[in-house]
Amino acid sequence: MKFRVDRDVLADAVAWVARSLPSRPSLPVLAGMLIDARDGELLLSGFDYETSARVQVPAEVTSEGSALVSGRLLADISRSLPAQPVDLTADGGKVVVTCRSARFTVQTLPVEDYPELPEMPTASGIVKGDVFANAVSQVAVAAGRDDMLPVLTGVRIEIEGSAVTLAATDRYRLAVREFSWTPEKPDLSATALVPARVLADTAKAFASGSDVTIALAVPGSGTGEGLVGFAGISGGTMRRTTTRLLDGEFPKYRTLFPPEQQTVARVETAPLVESLKRVALVAERNTPIRLTLGDGQATLEAGSSDEAQASESIEAAIEGESLTIGFNPQYLLDGLGALEAPVAQFSFTQPTRPAVLTGLAAADAEPNTDYRYLLMPVRLQN
Amino acid sequence: MRSKPSILHLDLDAFFAAVEQRDKPSLRGKPVIVGGLGPRGVVSTASYEARAFGVRSAMRMAEARARCPHAAYLSGRFAAYRMTSRAVMAALRELSPLVEPVSFDEAYVDLAAGDLGDLSTTTAVEHIADAIRARTFEVSGGLTASVGAGTSKLIAKIASDLRKPDGRLVVAAGTEAEFLHPMPVSRIPGVGPATGDRLRRIGVHTVGELARVGVSELVAALGQAHGQALARLAQAEDDRPVVAERESKSISVEDTFDHDIADPRLLQMIVDRLASRVCERLARERLSGRTVTVKIRLFDFSTHTRSTTLAGPTDDVRVVTRLARQLLTDVDTSAGARLLGVGVSGLADWVQDDLFTSVVDDADNDAGAPGELAIGGTPENLVSGTPDAAPRLWSPGADVVHTTYGQGWVWGAGRGRVTVRFETSSSGPGPVRTFAGDDPDLAAYTPLTWKDPS
Repeated sequence: MKFRVDRDVLADAVAWVARSLPSRPSLPVLAGMLIDARDGELLLSGFDYETSARVQVPAEVTSEGSALVSGRLLADISRSLPAQPVDLTADGGKVVVTCRSARFTVQTLPVEDYPELPEMPTASGIVKGDVFANAVSQVAVAAGRDDMLPVLTGVRIEIEGSAVTLAATDRYRLAVREFSWTPEKPDLSATALVPARVLADTAKAFASGSDVTIALAVPGSGTGEGLVGFAGISGGTMRRTTTRLLDGEFPKYRTLFPPEQQTVARVETAPLVESLKRVALVAERNTPIRLTLGDGQATLEAGSSDEAQASESIEAAIEGESLTIGFNPQYLLDGLGALEAPVAQFSFTQPTRPAVLTGLAAADAEPNTDYRYLLMPVRLQN
Repeated sequence: MRSKPSILHLDLDAFFAAVEQRDKPSLRGKPVIVGGLGPRGVVSTASYEARAFGVRSAMRMAEARARCPHAAYLSGRFAAYRMTSRAVMAALRELSPLVEPVSFDEAYVDLAAGDLGDLSTTTAVEHIADAIRARTFEVSGGLTASVGAGTSKLIAKIASDLRKPDGRLVVAAGTEAEFLHPMPVSRIPGVGPATGDRLRRIGVHTVGELARVGVSELVAALGQAHGQALARLAQAEDDRPVVAERESKSISVEDTFDHDIADPRLLQMIVDRLASRVCERLARERLSGRTVTVKIRLFDFSTHTRSTTLAGPTDDVRVVTRLARQLLTDVDTSAGARLLGVGVSGLADWVQDDLFTSVVDDADNDAGAPGELAIGGTPENLVSGTPDAAPRLWSPGADVVHTTYGQGWVWGAGRGRVTVRFETSSSGPGPVRTFAGDDPDLAAYTPLTWKDPS
């Protein structure tokens, strides 16, 4: 194996594959990155039995072949090389990397022990990279991080024809985002539960590219069952990733949204976030903040009389009954941040019932229901 | 130390046994012993009739049975004790806002915090103490209490102890040393048999002798902390304030079993029950917690604890039960467990409710504490799908209700049969009947009051 590749292209591609490599591999070979050189291109792959990543980059290949080297080391090396063409040569049990006068000799791992990467399921549809990245980031913020409840560490993807719904919840808040895409078949109907962290990383990586192809295996089709694949062009290279779907049933969430509301409040998002951050300074360890709505004002309070207290009021347009409700300040901040809208609308039924947060383009606009953030309040005991 | 005898200590006499005698008229005037009835059980409370036979609390149940074979042996009804205790504590709070419950049957009251007029004479305080005893009798349905008052918690506690049962003693300010010094050292709380032995070895038998021994000698005999504390108490120096609410760091309950249990289904059932008891206590104290801990002591006395922390505090029995069940499976109990405990820590006074558990029908929140009803009664409710695998447990003394005969209590059970005496606090001694253990007309229940509903 012998090839020459552009330094930036290599560094970028290697860094992307290396991200999905396990930091503590269960088998030594899984720390490796597979380099495959053939026919004018280079294929770099990583796999940890959960997530696979593969990137295709152009290269001047003088001798075809493959080698397995430590992915982390290759990433460190390629990142620090000067901006000159890089030559890679496999030589016996070693790979030699040269760039200008820098020369690295790296031991290889046995290629024959490396597992075969899962096959990409067949494409289900296409979505714009930025739309997808934005939607995923709005939803993933609500996903759980508790490994004791693996189902909640995932983002639920529901596809009905050209409509895609993403949902995630950690039991305390739920984020739901709807967007449209171009399905391969107009009557496609499918659901999947994708690990939120992987999905967020993947979507971010494809944000700058034009289109992302999502590939969801149809149950019973054989290839790629239990997997979801994403493919797209990014940084001028073709990137593909697959990840194993999570097992288990995502909770039924549509009925959680209250059918009616008693109080609706509209507040400018940015001043509310600033005020919330200030008041939350005295809410240690995410102790609740209290939000009181009434008389054209939203008043935030936090803290306890035996430590420190804070309060601040900002203008709010309130319809319906006055109300006082408690929230975990971080959950509220997460929701307000994810709205990505200048005006936030809160819909409440009771102080013990979940509140719905939606965004508006302006104070007098209709709420944008593509994105809804449902937040369970904190019950204040006294 | 205060200048007036304004700290009062109230101790309900033989509390558990007295509640049983109140609710079971046929046991009045007879020896009653409440405690763990299994082979490893100990006596919680013995009625004064049983104490005459030498039965004491903390005695092994086997010894109690040998000393007083004809007593009524009951396993205890904590819902009834708690209810009665609450009524008494509430009556004390009417008197002064500063009430420090020490346990179900014991509390300190800071009379100076209430609007009670002159407290400088013993006669004035004696009047208050008598009024408290009369009020306690009234609100508890006929329970007697012993009351002591003095210038410190120590004096108040010893005074109530001296006049047990059904008595009252107020120790005048300035007479503390005179009062304490003739007493045996064992009267001082915290001086048990071990400390008593060590003190005897240095020639100390009475509090007066204790007061004359130097601090250094006490520290040498008992260690730094204990020695210094005792030296102060011997001089009647005690500044501990009456604290209305003690801040607890965790809430936990545990059960030791009569026999090691290896059956995973049974262990899970016990964990469920412990979880609901913990949540009941959380609810009562208006607290919530973030960390759930399960404690498991195996057959070989090795103790294992496993815990998990939620993102936000909860007081939801379903959440605590779910986590406790998961934690239980982390420890290999296949060789048998002898103790299980469930605790909640990271306490807060607010609750981060869960989106999903909150949608479950609110009606079952209103039903009170799920699981509590099953304690003496029908564990099969908790093990779905195996209705006939676990026999119904009728524990002696437990409250039951029969569709025809009404309210009563389990007089005895065994060989698939259960004997019930049908009587209540207001009925007078009632008749005894025997049923099949699985009689559908008979059910365990938790009375909401001991008072006559009419």
